[in-house]
Amino acid sequence: MKSAQRKRGKPLASRAVQVAFLIVLAVLWYLATTRWKVSPLLLPNPLRVLGDFWDIVKTGEFLGDLRVTLTELALAFAMSASCGIAAGYLISRTQYCIRVFEPLFSAIYAVPIILFLPLYVLFFGLGPASKIALGATISFFPIALSTVAGFGNVDKVLVTAARSMGASDLKLFRYVLLPAAFPIIMTGLRMGFTVALLSIIGSETIASLAGLGHRIVHLAEGMEMARMFAYIVFVVAIAAILNTLASMLEARGRRF
Amino acid sequence: MTSPAAAPIRQLLRSPFVARIGVIALLFCIWEIAARWWIDPMFLSPPSRVFTSLGAVFETRGVPAALRLTFFELAVAFALSVAIGVVIGLAVGLQPFARRSFMPIILLIYATPQITILPLFILYFGIGAASKIAFGVSHGFFPIVMTIVAGVQNIKPILLTSARSMGASRWQILRHVIFPHMIPSFFTGMRLAMTGVLLGVLLAELYVSTAGIGYFTTLFTQNFDPTRLLGLIAVLAAMAIVLNEIVRSAEVYFGRWHTD
Repeated sequence: MKSAQRKRGKPLASRAVQVAFLIVLAVLWYLATTRWKVSPLLLPNPLRVLGDFWDIVKTGEFLGDLRVTLTELALAFAMSASCGIAAGYLISRTQYCIRVFEPLFSAIYAVPIILFLPLYVLFFGLGPASKIALGATISFFPIALSTVAGFGNVDKVLVTAARSMGASDLKLFRYVLLPAAFPIIMTGLRMGFTVALLSIIGSETIASLAGLGHRIVHLAEGMEMARMFAYIVFVVAIAAILNTLASMLEARGRRF
Repeated sequence: MTSPAAAPIRQLLRSPFVARIGVIALLFCIWEIAARWWIDPMFLSPPSRVFTSLGAVFETRGVPAALRLTFFELAVAFALSVAIGVVIGLAVGLQPFARRSFMPIILLIYATPQITILPLFILYFGIGAASKIAFGVSHGFFPIVMTIVAGVQNIKPILLTSARSMGASRWQILRHVIFPHMIPSFFTGMRLAMTGVLLGVLLAELYVSTAGIGYFTTLFTQNFDPTRLLGLIAVLAAMAIVLNEIVRSAEVYFGRWHTD
């Protein structure tokens, strides 16, 4: 009885600590800007940030940048997903190919590919093309590697059983290989999506003409701090929504 | 019917390692041919020229200093990530209440794309090395916190109870039970932290830089000098691979004792 009560009490207490922590942080931020006279160029007033955030959402001025970023993301992800799954499937067909290519891909995956951004800017220019290419390159590897892992580790007994019962190539793929590999591929797609989003916002921050990352840098250079903080909140919210959607799709796909 | 002398050669050809080298060589050949005959030399130069001009990259005034500076930023950022990560990880992980309270907050911060606040780092820490180190730390210390907390959490309670019942002090429990059990996950965290620090420092370098490698990548890009740009990228990639390999082999080496 008593232990049950304590168990119920504990999550409430830690929730209270979390809420208190966030409130203390917000109050400190507010006091820093009003009472302790921290320069508004370093830390804008939270109420002004909130006002600017509301203004951005209400007037819809984010739409242009959001469209650019989402278009880049969609194209990059479509390219890396189709190429990654195709390459992964072809490699996974023989054990020999897996042993040739998998260490190669893992090695390239370990190099920070963001290094190639200057090269991509040189090849594709400052516009969306270089962001799409970089996002597609970075997200290709997790997708390809997980596709190889998914198709490569199908239980041999299942394949042999299906074959001995006379399954055709297509039937084998549809009823044995695909269901076994699908959950792992979904995980790879989710990881690829997350890194594609990150690298596209990142490359927009570093060198670009439009997009959400570019907007933040533009405001930072114009020293419009309140609006910049508001845009940071906006981008973080967009990223959280997109990542949650991807995780939900992944969970749905894993159940299939 | 093959002659007996040909058998080892055929075996060699069948080994995946040789085939992997072959794939890499083939890619380099395609790159060489494409760069020599099809693509404008303003944009791409053949690998042979890139490798023969590696010396020219190092002779460019300021490049050796820039590489040293970037290496210094990486080292300091990594050391700080490990130190801060271990302190926060132990502080949060050792107390179940603190873990339940603060882990969701840490996870929440970890999940936000830090690249959005890169301009803030430049604003607070200046355009010198400090902002790169700070941004590297912001990428590097979360994996350490995560793995330390996970490592502390995974200790079997029976070990703690038996140590306590045999009269071990708090420090003795830390030293002889908790630390040895944290080592494998700690080195996994080090490997992830190295990946994060590399990403953070290079992102900040590419964003704005006055003396580091970011300055030279921008310079070579704007001068349409792909030979030296590719050379510099190759050197940096090699540096990243070596650093990754060091922490990876440390992970394997120190994770040995626990494989029961």
